[in-house]
Amino acid sequence: MKPGRFTYHSPRSLDEALAALQVYGDDAKVLAGGQSLMPMLNFRLARFEHLVDVNRLGAEYAEPTFGDTRITIPLLVRQRRVERSEEAARLLPVLTEALAQVAHPQIRNRGTICGSLAHADPAAELPSVLSVLDATFTIASSRGVREVPAEEFFLFHLTTSLEPDELLLQVSVPRPPVNQFSSFREFATRRGDFALAGVAAVCEVDAAGVVTTCRVAAAGVAPTPHRLTDVEALVTGASLNEDLWPDVEAAARAQVDPTGDIHASAEYRSRLTGVLVKRALADIRGKLEASRA
Amino acid sequence: MRDHATEFPTRTQDETHTVGCTVNGREYEAVVDPRMTLADFLREKLRLTGTHLGCEHGVCGACTVIVDGAATRSCLMLAVQADGAQVETVEGLAEDGELSPLQCAFKRNHALQCGFCTPGFLMSVTAALREESVTTEEQAREVLSGNICRCTGYTGLVKSVLEASAGKEGNA
Repeated sequence: MKPGRFTYHSPRSLDEALAALQVYGDDAKVLAGGQSLMPMLNFRLARFEHLVDVNRLGAEYAEPTFGDTRITIPLLVRQRRVERSEEAARLLPVLTEALAQVAHPQIRNRGTICGSLAHADPAAELPSVLSVLDATFTIASSRGVREVPAEEFFLFHLTTSLEPDELLLQVSVPRPPVNQFSSFREFATRRGDFALAGVAAVCEVDAAGVVTTCRVAAAGVAPTPHRLTDVEALVTGASLNEDLWPDVEAAARAQVDPTGDIHASAEYRSRLTGVLVKRALADIRGKLEASRA
Repeated sequence: MRDHATEFPTRTQDETHTVGCTVNGREYEAVVDPRMTLADFLREKLRLTGTHLGCEHGVCGACTVIVDGAATRSCLMLAVQADGAQVETVEGLAEDGELSPLQCAFKRNHALQCGFCTPGFLMSVTAALREESVTTEEQAREVLSGNICRCTGYTGLVKSVLEASAGKEGNA
């Protein structure tokens, strides 16, 4: 099918974009990479009176910056740009690993990181990854700029705290300390499909091999990125070794309450979450050992 | 709060846009509705019907073209967004009637049957091989994973990617 009619706006500056959203916000949708929005428009699952295309805001919004204290990803950074960044792979391996599993290269060439976050599909990889990276979401409107953490940004299926006149301007994460290790694991029935479940994990480990900080979130098993706080509590203060896995797996399974569908039952998704948490933590242990070899 | 309404040109849903872009090295200009996709623009406005449309929601890959060097689903991009872009389609692969090495590999290995999906495969693989060479079957399958073929299977496709990447030439 083809999209229904809409009025097309192509602002050339941030001010112009925010002004358009102020005027038309209630009936408008922001178009960035379009890799989630265009299918919905083509199928007429969604219709908007106005589309505000932010692709021509300027090249400065298309490059990530790796600062001394924070890593910042503005709204026009394509997924493929970060996926192929050596600096991102070194500093934020969990993001690089997850990006490689977001659909296919043809989609990632155009899809943006901020666009996927603003779309907030509960099965998508990036919301859970940015949650465990302790991301700050910078939201702009003609009323001003505000910043919210992930738990205040993601509200429900396809629902964020963005107001109709607001734009997700950038997402930023603290530059990770050298003792941070991270991993992303998912399982999908076909390459590039939405995963049946996915797990993002970040650990900080002291010189003795004890985990001092742990953040774990699951994708695809709840309406928003689902922090597995029981797993985090078990891992924090422990060493990553096989004795821990049975408890971690059980805790993960107990803390998710997914819905079943044609692709997988609720029970299968719970079990899968436990297995993926174990795999992600084992991967982190491997990276830790490699760093000390 | 400022009232921005007066600062905009009044736009309507009937408004058309002029798109100027380069396709396969040739410059084109056409007037489009904003809701026209790049795929329909190529097919209907430019009559470049080599680009095929299968699912129209980014899954099947048949409509893949190369936009400013990157393989892109032309069903998921608006024509108006391609204003000023360099676009490559399957019509641009053969030079002076000579098939590209990748096209030759497809022919040699029977990597197509009905041919509907073939333009998308060719464009995806062409873009991928420009980025890096493909030396293993696993890599080849990864490169092919964003396109769907429903009749001939993938064995010939995998072989074609490996041969084209290795620089094997010939039409046989």
